[in-house]
Amino acid sequence: MLIVACIKQVPDTTQVKIDPVTGTLIREGVPFIMNPFDTHALEESLRLKDKYGLRVAVISMGPPNTEVTLRKALAVGADEAILLSDRAFGGADTLATSKVLAEAIVGLAQKEEVALVICGKQTIDGDTAQVGPGIATRLGYSQLTLVDHIDSLDLNARKIRCRRKLEGWHEVVEASFPAMISVLREINHPRYPTVPMRLIAQDAPVTLWDNNVMQLDKATIGLNGSATQVRRIFSPERTQGEILGEGINDPGKVAQLLIGKLVEKDLLFI
Amino acid sequence: MSPNVMPFAVIFVVAVVFFGWSAFKRFRLITLGKADNRFNELGKRFWNMLFYAFGQRRVVARPFGINHFILFWCFMILLIANAEFLLNGLFPEYIDLALLPSGLYYALSLIFDLVSLFAFLAVIVAVIRRLAFPPPNMDAHSRDAFVIISLVGALMLAFFGLHASEIAHGLEPAASYMPVSGFIARTVFAGLPLPMLAWLIFIFWWIHAIVLLGFLNYLPYSKHMHIMTAIPNCFFKSLDKVTTQPREEFKKESVFGVGQVDYFPWKGLFDSYSCTVCGRCSDICPATSTGKELNPRLVIHDIKENLFHNGPLLVKGEKTTLPLIGAGCEGSVSEASIWACTTCAACMEVCPVFIEHVPRIVDMRRDLVEMRAKFPEELLSFFENMEQRSNPWGIAPAERTKWASGIDVKPFESGKTEYLFFVGCYGAFDARSRRVTLALSRILNAGGISWGILGKDEFCCGDSLRRLGNEFAFDRMARDSIKMFQERGVKKIITQCPHCYNTLKNDYRQYGAELEVVHHTELINTLIQEGKLKLNGAKNLGKLVFHDSCYLGRYNLIYDAPRQALATATGQHPVEMERHHDKSFCCGAGGGRMWLEESVGKRINVARVEEALQENPDTVCVCCPYCMTMFEDGLKDKDADAKVQVLDLAEIVDKTL
Ligand code: SF4
Ligand code: SF4
Repeated sequence: MLIVACIKQVPDTTQVKIDPVTGTLIREGVPFIMNPFDTHALEESLRLKDKYGLRVAVISMGPPNTEVTLRKALAVGADEAILLSDRAFGGADTLATSKVLAEAIVGLAQKEEVALVICGKQTIDGDTAQVGPGIATRLGYSQLTLVDHIDSLDLNARKIRCRRKLEGWHEVVEASFPAMISVLREINHPRYPTVPMRLIAQDAPVTLWDNNVMQLDKATIGLNGSATQVRRIFSPERTQGEILGEGINDPGKVAQLLIGKLVEKDLLFI
Repeated sequence: MSPNVMPFAVIFVVAVVFFGWSAFKRFRLITLGKADNRFNELGKRFWNMLFYAFGQRRVVARPFGINHFILFWCFMILLIANAEFLLNGLFPEYIDLALLPSGLYYALSLIFDLVSLFAFLAVIVAVIRRLAFPPPNMDAHSRDAFVIISLVGALMLAFFGLHASEIAHGLEPAASYMPVSGFIARTVFAGLPLPMLAWLIFIFWWIHAIVLLGFLNYLPYSKHMHIMTAIPNCFFKSLDKVTTQPREEFKKESVFGVGQVDYFPWKGLFDSYSCTVCGRCSDICPATSTGKELNPRLVIHDIKENLFHNGPLLVKGEKTTLPLIGAGCEGSVSEASIWACTTCAACMEVCPVFIEHVPRIVDMRRDLVEMRAKFPEELLSFFENMEQRSNPWGIAPAERTKWASGIDVKPFESGKTEYLFFVGCYGAFDARSRRVTLALSRILNAGGISWGILGKDEFCCGDSLRRLGNEFAFDRMARDSIKMFQERGVKKIITQCPHCYNTLKNDYRQYGAELEVVHHTELINTLIQEGKLKLNGAKNLGKLVFHDSCYLGRYNLIYDAPRQALATATGQHPVEMERHHDKSFCCGAGGGRMWLEESVGKRINVARVEEALQENPDTVCVCCPYCMTMFEDGLKDKDADAKVQVLDLAEIVDKTL
């Protein structure tokens, strides 16, 4: 039985700046990382592998350099990595992305029964949290979102029981295989790759599935298959507040300045 | 005089064969270790052996070492006497001191007699010390030590017994040149009938022979094997100061780090045979003395025990049965010990036989990190931040230049700029250290130095990664940095952090990078001594105490530059703490400990701050961003932060400009 971990390579958002003139992301020199939520999805898949002996396949849709991130997944113990990459997939929103991922899972399921699809709750670049549920809906899988703990997995009964973290309370839910679960960061601490595994992963095969392999209808994928289009990206302009003493390195001075300002504005009484 | 040649010859041969077999068994295990070239520069090595082994240079650095010095040299001299004794027992007609010209014979008799007395007294002193004033980390009451001491004592007693009875019997031509034996003959054996004396001679001779051969055969099984190995260990000692760890080559199918005893270099194994169990390393170790599980002497001991246990299996090509790490028993080093080390090198600095503790500890860390990905939880984000953003906190590299906003700082340009100011992660990101960075930049400007920075392109030097055993990540980072230095034409570098300093200078050298690295303390001192800085005297420093950083002092022997700079700039010599210079006590942050919790025992920085507070200082001068943080935290802990300020040398000098 197979667990499919869906991961995405994202720009390291702490290092992303937006070009004020063109309104686009300045991608040059920005390193790519595995979406942090997905590292937890991968880790949870690997823990289930360690405990129940399931196989783990990682899939990712993205440009060819996504291979680097997939290799990182192989280095921590994923059994198989599939890169879904084709110009035709480009410009996809969550609808079109979930289409490609869902079809890839169908492809995998033809060879081996898929027990679980595990996704991170959301990505740090899109922040939509829609792709996981999108996959589940397309495939007709049960969907358990916002999971912060997997209570049990019963391979005979083909069932999974998890805890969902909702606002203010927890919910324990059960679903039959195949199921899609999306995980929160609290669920685990991702592991660190050992050096021998890294070296093996360096030239382990990453399977490429482009649209020649997948044969998807061009109208359902990429920009054409997207229901939304990006008009403009911009940093919101600051309309309130002021910058005080930029470049002060002394925390004491910063605090003094701040307290002075707050007192001046009658927001603090001393 | 040998009473029974044939029986003795049989016993002698058996004893020597057995000794040879034991020694062979022991030393064959050493050959299990990995290659390590310790046969280069033989002249230098020979000199080291003379100076440190025969000269006992480090042994006598502690007051009690004198006793060992005496015992050692008595032992050396008596080696001749004992060799003569054994050979005479075998070939009484041919080998006998008495066959020498009488002048020489008398002289040697006198020397042996007196030296035996000294040895005996030294033995008594050693016993008294072990019983009455046991040093804390020596395992002073170990049975093994008493067996050895008693054997040496017994040997001396047998020597006197034999010679005194010979003198009383009238058989000793050198009688009047043997004051001690003569005295015993006159007082103890006087007036005994001749047959009785002959019998005593017989008895003492055999006691002497048996004790001597017994001692020889006991040695390979004793904890005091150092009697055989310490001298060669000084010969094989590292020719350079041990400031770094060897590189690893990242090939598939290799193993990384040391998780099994035979992965150590052979010298690491030989080290474990050479430990004298003196406990000096543990006495001085900041981890041991603040109640951590780490005890450097025991780490070395466990390596030896592990080798004894697993070595014979490995020789037979079998699997090991006692894990080197984490089995929770003698012969296995605990993970807690391995992580507790600050790599302060105090242990290596005091070890009389130059055992290399730190590389061995890092070897084992490498196994934990590289082969098992098993390390304290806090390190996960540290490692990831380092790999992703090349700094410990994962701050965006663009922030590296934030300290320079508002002042005019130029980027390093090959040909135009002389020095690269390698700001370092602390100097660039840490709010407190940025003040040091600014102070230093003002000094550099005032001193007319041509300098520039790499800004957001600067990488972390990787010191903590390497000491924490993440050699794989360090290796990549070092290559990146060196490539950048080459591309940008960087040749001369100023650092403000002793860890950057040591890494760029000593670690990067292994990659063929010959950089001229200077620590700010050296540069500032040079500027001051050359009169390039206009100093106007220090204000508000009060009583000034100086703290030596491990990576500046012990690692790179920079002790005088900061002191001299301080003295000239402030007009006062800094006050020394109880432990200073090469005995300085670590702040607790080295070896990657900066990024680890310290929850067991007393905090190392608090211990050091308490030591500083004994001097009632107003200002503590440090030269390292880690020391700065540790001191400030420690002072807060002791509620003394309002009374005592911590300043970097650069800040103090900056104040006097
Ligand atoms: S390097 Fe320092 S902390 Fe580590 S074992 Fe030696 S003395 Fe102890
Ligand atoms: S390792 Fe060195 S300092 Fe430590 S006990 Fe052994 S001989 Fe002494």
